[in-house]
Amino acid sequence: MTATSMGSAPQKISLSRVLGPIHVWALGVGIVLVGEFDGWNFAADKGGALAALIVLWFCGLLYSAVAMIDSEVTSTIAAAGGQYAQAKHIVGPLMAFNVALYMVFAYTMLEVSDAILFGDAIVQKSGGDGGINHNSFVAASIIILAFLNYRGVLANLNFNFTITAIAFLSIVILFFSVMPWSQGTVLKLNELVTPENALPYGWIGVIASFHWGIWYFLGIEGTTQAAEEVRSPARALPLGTMAGMVTLLIAATMTWYVCASLLPWQLLGSTYFPLWDAGRATQSPLLENMMFITTLLAALASANGCINDAARAWFSLGRDRYLPSWFSAVHPKYRTPYRSIIFLTPIALAFAFVADLNQAITFSILSGVLQYTFMSINIMMFRKKWPLGSIQRGYTHPLHPIPAIMLFALCMVTFFAIFLGYGVQLTAMVVFYVVVSVWFHFYRYQYVRRGAQFTMPWPKPQGY
Amino acid sequence: MAKYNPPDQPIVMQLFDIACLVAAIFLALWFPLYMGWAGISKNLEKIDNPTWDALKQNPTMVAQWEKLGFTPETAHAIIQNKWVYSIDWTQLTIMTIVLLGYFIFLFMASDREYRDVIEEKFNSK
Repeated sequence: MTATSMGSAPQKISLSRVLGPIHVWALGVGIVLVGEFDGWNFAADKGGALAALIVLWFCGLLYSAVAMIDSEVTSTIAAAGGQYAQAKHIVGPLMAFNVALYMVFAYTMLEVSDAILFGDAIVQKSGGDGGINHNSFVAASIIILAFLNYRGVLANLNFNFTITAIAFLSIVILFFSVMPWSQGTVLKLNELVTPENALPYGWIGVIASFHWGIWYFLGIEGTTQAAEEVRSPARALPLGTMAGMVTLLIAATMTWYVCASLLPWQLLGSTYFPLWDAGRATQSPLLENMMFITTLLAALASANGCINDAARAWFSLGRDRYLPSWFSAVHPKYRTPYRSIIFLTPIALAFAFVADLNQAITFSILSGVLQYTFMSINIMMFRKKWPLGSIQRGYTHPLHPIPAIMLFALCMVTFFAIFLGYGVQLTAMVVFYVVVSVWFHFYRYQYVRRGAQFTMPWPKPQGY
Repeated sequence: MAKYNPPDQPIVMQLFDIACLVAAIFLALWFPLYMGWAGISKNLEKIDNPTWDALKQNPTMVAQWEKLGFTPETAHAIIQNKWVYSIDWTQLTIMTIVLLGYFIFLFMASDREYRDVIEEKFNSK
């Protein structure tokens, strides 16, 4: 792989192949685990505590389908850009351009949400008396993490692995500290989630909750961004992704059980810090402070992974000339896509200063759901154009096409759920993608090389 | 099929393209947030002089609220701020058409471009 800079000859510098399955796990879980510390609980606001549990199960299914589908395609197409590279080889350039933008915005808005959460948590801890400036912590978190990403991927993901592991461990410690086997001692599920308030809006509330249910797991597919930097993509990507999915299912289930058993559903649905508040509700200073610190760590780990992934998707667009090739430069010393990292930083800051937490999360979720819709169609086209046996696959997912159909159906439900309450954001996002698609197809595509888009050593796809 | 050689893009035009993208991002996504247009459909069902009973909180719920420092007055805005799930069918229909139109355009235009890619990759001399 080469990288070019604006108006200059290609630089023969590549991304470093230094990562293993543990880094893939850290990248995936690191991005997503913040969803347990904040965001999933808004599902309780939209439909009640029981609705939050129901969507946890359904979204667990959705993401299991995502992980299976993704593992098959990515273990076969191991290139930076993840789903972008998949779209380029299977659907076509315009789809690839859109998919890369889905990823950039899903991750950038997730990074924005993380930074807002980080700033809000510190302000809340300080008592919110105005002495602490929220925006300064938001800006500091984004800029410092961008700098870490600029300096190199290995140290960065080692850092992510450490803080992600600590954050996950804190959920396990909280879970066992409140004696989950003994309802009534500390946990009060039966009194807090009653037949009268379990589904306060009925089944329409359950549907509406899908909007936030996605947040339990959004971003796990980001593991594929490391495809060009892992030593063994066919092994490390499926292993890291599946292990990450199992970790998140365990963490999400524990989180729901503890939080729904300690917080009234209206409070659970409105707080920005459900796990920290659960720690406070135990009235143990140790648990309270532990959950405060790990809320910060989870936010940092997620923002860190998001900067990594968004920059790589943007870098891939520049490398293929879908965007100006200036973005495709790799840092000569640190071997990171530094121009993409720098370019996306002020955009994240601009949104972090005007959006509130649920608006930023909604933008991220919308881009994510557009991407999952693509993935459900993409796997169908992949199997049709290159049936099993026609090319070597690192992993073949079972029960095709059931996971793809299930994923597509859940995406449609989620679009409707977002429409219920956040119609303006949905409209703004689709308008944005329509405008940039028209721009790409009728103008930008003239700068794209044709045959060079297809880099895999595969036979011609069936039907062409 | 002859190999397609894309034109070189001058630096000024690369900067222009970057500016177009930044403008699209800020006009379509950032501006509605900045203007406060991206509201949500909730309705505050106000209760004068709220009590825990009036807010329909049982003793366990009250204990948990109080552990976190809430009073009936401060919890009132959280408890009584409720979603309004009325479906505007016209808006839903328009949204569905826009979304469908977007995906149809996306897949059709992509397929046209993909045929160029495959033709050049596998059939060019």
